[in-house]
Order: sequence, then C-alpha cells, then structure tokens
Amino acid sequence: MTDKSSTKKFAGTNSAAPSGDGRIEISNVTKIYDPGGVNVCAVSDCSFDIEAGEFCVVVGPSGCGKTTLLNAIAGFHSISDGEIRLDGDVLCSATKMAEPGADRMVVFQNGALFPWCTVLKNVMYGPSVQGRMTSHQARAAALDILRELGLSEIGDAYPNEISSGMRRRVEIARALINDPKALLLDEPFRALDALTKGVAQEFLLQAYDRMKKTVFFITHDLEEALFLGTKVVIMTTRPCRVRKMITVDLPRPRTYKVRSSKRYLELKREVFDAVHEEALKAFKAGERELA
Amino acid sequence: MKSPNSSSLKKLFNKIFSKAVLRGIVAIVFSIAFWETASRFAFPLFAFVPPPSIVLSVVGESFGSLVFWENWTSSFGRVIFGFVIAQIIGIPLGLLMANNRNIHGMTFPIFEILRPIPPLAWVPASIIFWPTTELSIAFVIFLGAFFTIVINVLGGAKSIDARYIRAARSLGSNRSDMFFRIILPAVLPSIFTGMAVGMGITWEVVVAAEMIAGKSGLGYYTWESYVGGNFPRIIVGMISIGLAGYISSSMIRLIGKRSTPWLRLF
Repeated sequence: MTDKSSTKKFAGTNSAAPSGDGRIEISNVTKIYDPGGVNVCAVSDCSFDIEAGEFCVVVGPSGCGKTTLLNAIAGFHSISDGEIRLDGDVLCSATKMAEPGADRMVVFQNGALFPWCTVLKNVMYGPSVQGRMTSHQARAAALDILRELGLSEIGDAYPNEISSGMRRRVEIARALINDPKALLLDEPFRALDALTKGVAQEFLLQAYDRMKKTVFFITHDLEEALFLGTKVVIMTTRPCRVRKMITVDLPRPRTYKVRSSKRYLELKREVFDAVHEEALKAFKAGERELA
Repeated sequence: MKSPNSSSLKKLFNKIFSKAVLRGIVAIVFSIAFWETASRFAFPLFAFVPPPSIVLSVVGESFGSLVFWENWTSSFGRVIFGFVIAQIIGIPLGLLMANNRNIHGMTFPIFEILRPIPPLAWVPASIIFWPTTELSIAFVIFLGAFFTIVINVLGGAKSIDARYIRAARSLGSNRSDMFFRIILPAVLPSIFTGMAVGMGITWEVVVAAEMIAGKSGLGYYTWESYVGGNFPRIIVGMISIGLAGYISSSMIRLIGKRSTPWLRLF
C-alpha cells in the first residue's frame, strides 16, 4: 500500500495519456444568463486559482453559480466575460467555449454511468473511444484500476445492480482511468445517506492521495468540504463571487478521525461563520423576491 | 449444494406451474366450459355459435389441410415483410428527426397529419396506387407499424438524459461512438416498445386488409368461412389470428429482452 501511494499513476493508466500539472486559473469570470431578455447574473467577476494537484472545494448557497463555473471548465457552458486557463492555455473566454475532453473528467451530481454497460465496460469506455488503447489493453487497464480501488468483484454487474455508493466509486474510477489533469465533481455524494457518504469520501481521499490530481469539488456540505479539501472557497450569494478562501492545513492521509481533531473544529467554526452570513443574505434576498 | 442442473429444472417447473399460470389455465377451462354450455343450451346470442367440441373437430380437419397452413404462412409473410420495412425506414427516420432540427421541422407536420389516418382508410388509395394487391396489402401493413415505431424512436431519442451525452463527450467520444455506443443503446428500449405495439397493429391491419382485398391469409380464411356459412371455421380462423399475433409479439419480447439485458434489473 505505502509504496504504491508514492507513485503518481495507476498501474493501468497509459503514460501517453494527457497528463500535466493541472493548474486552473479562473480570472474575472462573469456569466449572464439571458432567458427572455431578463438578465440573470449567475457569476460575477469571480477569480481564484487552483494549484496543480490541489483539492479545491467550492461551497456556497444553492443556486449561487458554482455549477455554472464547473460547466464552463468542463466545456458544457460558455462564459460571458473573463477567462479560464488550464496550465496556462486559455480553456475558455468570452469568445471561446471550452471543448469537453478527457483532460477534465466530470463526475455528475446524480451519476452518469451508462446503464446499458457493465461496470467494466463503463470504466473501459474512455480509453477505448479515445483510441489510445486497443480494447484488449483498455480491458486490462480497467481491471487494474477496479482491483486497485477494491471494485473488481462488481466488474460484470450493471450499474442498476449495485448500490448508489458503489456507483459513485465506479464513476470516479471511470474518470481516473483517463489520467485527467483535473477531476471536476459536482456534489457527487449529495444523494447518499450519511454512512455511505462517509465511506465514499474516504474512497475519494484514498484515490486522491495516490494520484494527486487537481480536484474541483462542489458541495453544500461544509463538513465534507473540510474533510476533503486542501482549500475551501466560499462563494457569495448570487451573483457568485469569492467571499473567503480557507486553507485546510489538516494532515494527509486523512481518515474519519480527523473530524474530531481540534484544528478541524477551529476551521469548522471559521467556515460556518462565513457561510452562515451568506445563507442569511440569500434567505433575505429570497424574501425580497417574494415580497 | 445441489447440482445447478436439478435446481434450474426445479425453477423451470415452478415457473410453469406457478400460481399465476394455474389461474390462467383455470380461467381458460371455465370460459370453454361456459361456451360449451351456452352453445348447447342455445343461450341468448349463443344460438348460432358452434360449441367448442364441434370447433375442435374442425380444427383437426383444418390442421390436416395444406391450404390452411398456406393461409398461416401468407399472413405471416405479409406481416413480416411490411413490419421489417417499417423498421428499416422508421428507426433511422425517428433518430434523424430527433437529432436534426431541419429534418424534424420538415417531416413532423406531414407526419402528424398522416399519422391519425387509420391504416384501413388507406386501403382504397393503396389499391389504386400500387400495381398489385399484394403490394397494396403490404403497404397498409407497413403504415400500421411505421407510425408507431417512428413516434417511439423519436420520443425515446428526445428523452435521452443530457448527463449521458455530456459524460460521453467528456470521455472523448466521436460522432460514431456517440451514435452507436450512447444514442442507440439509450433508444433501444423505446425501439422494442414501438415494435411490440406496432406488431399488434400489423395483425389487426393484415386481417382486415385480407378481408377486403386478399386471396389468401388468415383474414381471408375467416371471411371466406363466414361467406360460405361455415361457422366453426370462423372460430378456428379467429383463434388462429389470435395465436399468430401472440407468437409474433412473444418473439419481439424475447428479442427485446435479449438485446436489453440491463433492463431486467428494474
């Protein structure tokens, strides 16, 4: 176990895969939605950087535009102003929409494993469609990664046959096999019950400790943010802007025990204070809209 | 541990003689007994209905005649011919309509005007239009299956969850991967629903078309029996049609189950 955690890549991943540092720079990003002439400003002049290999967690009130930011990086949405760079190259700007690609893997809120493919076929999907492995190699690589992540027993099952916690893990495996520069996760554990969530979080942490990918993780759950993240970015109520950044200096590898440490509780207090104020603002704004 | 063979046999046995199947058998036996009594004692409306015992004797006679089986094969041939062509044209058209706004815009209004016209209303026009009766019957059958499959494929393709498309794009799919590995499997359940419904419609249509214009087939056989005043044979014809329809939809269901193994898990 210990010697493996020092290697950066999984045994199965191909070194020819798009690998790099994975530094993401978000500079003055603004996104205005325009449904029927009513301008809705989802993100306003938002800037922050995510260092290569950093686990960055973005928290903020519902509907504050966190997902908009993630979708812009992933290449599903355009932005109205500003730019986002990946390792210095412009990913998207006011005039250019990012192209979705395997260097930025997305794990979705409700999960998006293909129900018609077995777990193994789902994990093989990326390498085989990208044409960087033969189907035989892709199969071997998928089996490797499933074994390393302790999922080899469910390779032949369909996604509907396994629990939702398992599905999230498989989805993370499906993303990691592509050796992406960054992993984009949009509230991946939201629908899980508390116990399953804890296990899934530890699973993600183990995978992160081994691979040290840049992670962009969105959540509502402040405890989750502190438990997982190296940096927690707290967003303001819509329009989305950075309110506060907190460096979580808890040692890694982390286990559930970290949650009862003194430092964790201090950080928790700091984050709760900042977020509570924003939540109140969001609540009052909601009241104003209703009035 | 038991040998897998004996346990699977036991499973099969339990499946065949399950309570649901037994209930079905009991219901059929009771219906036949009621029919026999009703015909024998000339209940109101049943005065001219031959009892099952007499029908059964005709069944034996029909089964022995080659002409009877030719009626089966000619109806089946027509149904399969019209149905298969409807799938060959209908499935790609439904997919194109779902994926291309221009094609959808051009075809959808025409499609929606033609769709409510019952296939049988096409029979006169079809006879005038096509050079042979056989082709005009095949065309009417085609229409019966065609609209159903197009509507189902269109609906299925339009309701594909955007998450799958996004995930597939992130994973690096090109256009052909997107079509063959994502859209097609996602639409497959709708295709089989459309096929099952369409198959039912084709049997309704073929029988009626044969009654109007046919020279052979189970519909023709039933109608001829009526014209010739052979009442037991009418019932043999009717039950044959029912069985033929049941066999066809069972085939579709079987192929559908085989092709969509992930759906058995719901």
